[in-house]
Amino acid sequence: MTLLEVKDLAVSFPTADGVVKAVRGVSFSVDAGRTLGIVGESGSGKTVLTQTLLGLTPGGDISGQAIFDGANLLTMTEDQMRNIRGAQIAVIFQDPLTSLHPLYKVGWQIEEMIRAHDRKVSRKQATERAIDLLNKVGIPQASQRVNDYPHQFSGGMRQRAMIAMALSLSPKMIIADEPTTALDATVQAQILDLLLRMQHEFDTALIMITHDLGVVADIADEVMVMYAGRAAEKAGKHDIFYEPHHPYTKGLLESIPNSSAATERLKPISGQPPSLIRLPSGCAFHPRCTYVMDRCLDEEPQLVAVGSAGAHRSACFLPVSAIGLGGDTEELRKKAVSEERHAAAAEVAGKIAAAPESEGSVIG
Amino acid sequence: MSETLPRDAAAAAIRDPEFEDDVLVRVENLVKHFPIKAGGLISRTVGHVQAVDGVSLTIGRGQTIGLVGETGCGKSTLARCIAGLLPVTSGRVTFEGKNITNLSRRAMRPYRREIQMIFQDPYGSLNPRRRVGAIIGDPFTIHRTATGSERKRAVQELMERVGLNPEHYNRFPAEFSGGQRQRIGVARALALRPKLIICDEPVSALDVSIQAQVLNLLSDLQDDFGLSYLFIAHDLSVVKHVSDAVMVMYLGRTAEQGPGDQVYATPRHPYTVALLSAAPAADPDSAAARQRIILTGDVPSPINPPSGCRFHPRCPKAQELCTQQEPALESKAGDPQDHRTACHFPVEAGENLATAGGRSPR
Repeated sequence: MTLLEVKDLAVSFPTADGVVKAVRGVSFSVDAGRTLGIVGESGSGKTVLTQTLLGLTPGGDISGQAIFDGANLLTMTEDQMRNIRGAQIAVIFQDPLTSLHPLYKVGWQIEEMIRAHDRKVSRKQATERAIDLLNKVGIPQASQRVNDYPHQFSGGMRQRAMIAMALSLSPKMIIADEPTTALDATVQAQILDLLLRMQHEFDTALIMITHDLGVVADIADEVMVMYAGRAAEKAGKHDIFYEPHHPYTKGLLESIPNSSAATERLKPISGQPPSLIRLPSGCAFHPRCTYVMDRCLDEEPQLVAVGSAGAHRSACFLPVSAIGLGGDTEELRKKAVSEERHAAAAEVAGKIAAAPESEGSVIG
Repeated sequence: MSETLPRDAAAAAIRDPEFEDDVLVRVENLVKHFPIKAGGLISRTVGHVQAVDGVSLTIGRGQTIGLVGETGCGKSTLARCIAGLLPVTSGRVTFEGKNITNLSRRAMRPYRREIQMIFQDPYGSLNPRRRVGAIIGDPFTIHRTATGSERKRAVQELMERVGLNPEHYNRFPAEFSGGQRQRIGVARALALRPKLIICDEPVSALDVSIQAQVLNLLSDLQDDFGLSYLFIAHDLSVVKHVSDAVMVMYLGRTAEQGPGDQVYATPRHPYTVALLSAAPAADPDSAAARQRIILTGDVPSPINPPSGCRFHPRCPKAQELCTQQEPALESKAGDPQDHRTACHFPVEAGENLATAGGRSPR
């Protein structure tokens, strides 16, 4: 069952330096009980995208549609939104220290959440629910810890408290924005495990925003890779990791130090992410793309179905059959590039090859 | 540029007879306790944070040592003690055979040139009001090795070497992206041609594509200048990629140390096993197949560490002995001499820790 359907969402912010085009036409859907992983570098628009869904981007020019459970989130009044936020869609932020109020007890903050949405619940009942929730997320001696202040909790416990708060009203969807980035590996494993168990128990839909491909490999069902405010590639988890089509996805996968090739040199993506005020013409990735072709310079690629399965979509002009990381595919890509790259693109490719970070990986 | 050492440094510079030529830094039984004061004006010490508690380590020339562990395990404190930024409670740090433990500021000065640091946060570690040229040129000014146009030329050479445009000499840090800022940090660390660079989480704040750029740069510089690195990170795949040898710390002690491939392929300490199993791999099939060991609870307080083996309250294999007796750091049966583990009941090959002790995660 489709719980959230986002269509052509665009968000831009007028600033003194120009219009920041943070999100530029993104569509996706999330089903109940499923996990969508949104991956991208800093500034790719992943956080703005989800905050817009909850009306947390004041001052932004928003267009498009976001149908959640039959209602459009983007046209709601603030009152209507208050009933959705927290109760229907909960958010877990990256930094558990700054998202808890330092002067209120942890339990009080969970109770506030419960009572803000349901006035009929008494203080005592709310406290009991808070203890129950803290127990559920694995806080030891919850009945005492409920009276602790956030500074008395460790980083992992604070994030557990945030999850308890997010779960307190049994939301249909949880948006987790880099929930484990600030945590150690063992604690991260605890938190991901907890999120998965809670998802199974309550059949919650989960949107997981992260820059860590390892986290996505672990818990996502579908993955959307974002670059400069657009979806570069969308597919099931396996297609993204084993049959990537977009050069950006491929570049991300290859730049991770992986276990098998410990002595090999890493293959970084050359250059820096673009400014969202002055975006490159055509495909926003072309100034960093080793497969740059002439049409990439002035034509923006749209998401098209690639590979064999229909659910795998990529916004790149390379042949639709050029998926995967193997040598045959590389030949296919090289062939396409040699046919489609002429003077203009060759100049861009020359620049990429000359950049100090490119490691001379440009083909052609 | 004075090559003669100040007097007290010369006294400290008596050569260690057991010193081998290919060893750059040797840390022996290093202890660092921070006193906890209470009582306002007339303060008294009520306890100690046992940040580092008896750690030994050698860094060879041109070698990279990876230091892994969770927040609060003492890895940054250890690094700061080696760099001479913190006085040491007890133990010894030798650099090229000379004892540099607790030297005076003056005596330490020549060694500061040899040991440099790169910090985690490329935003916090650069003064936003100073120009990049001035930031990178500071080491030259402080150590009076180059002035005027000579300094500018040296700085621009450095900028070019780390992949920055030398024409950006007069820009401010705010005009650079995170990855470029980290390159500025690298250039500054490199200025005095040190022998050891301590990298404290140098790529943790960077995006993956940029992270790979910086890691490649560090490895190029190591080849060109014969640098040694002490590489601190919590990302195990990064540490594995860069390190020749790895040391896993837990609560101020060494849990396991050895050659990188050894420790990663056949970890013997249950904590290492748990740490490795917890690190997410960007590979869905191996993620699904992996036996993940979820450790319960948090790292205990280093003010009052657990008795015996410090890991015992969270260890799936803990037994009576572990609560009473501290395990020695030694080579276990079947391991090479330099692979040492501090555990009474080391993990055997093929052993499934996820089911040991009945703590099944899902």
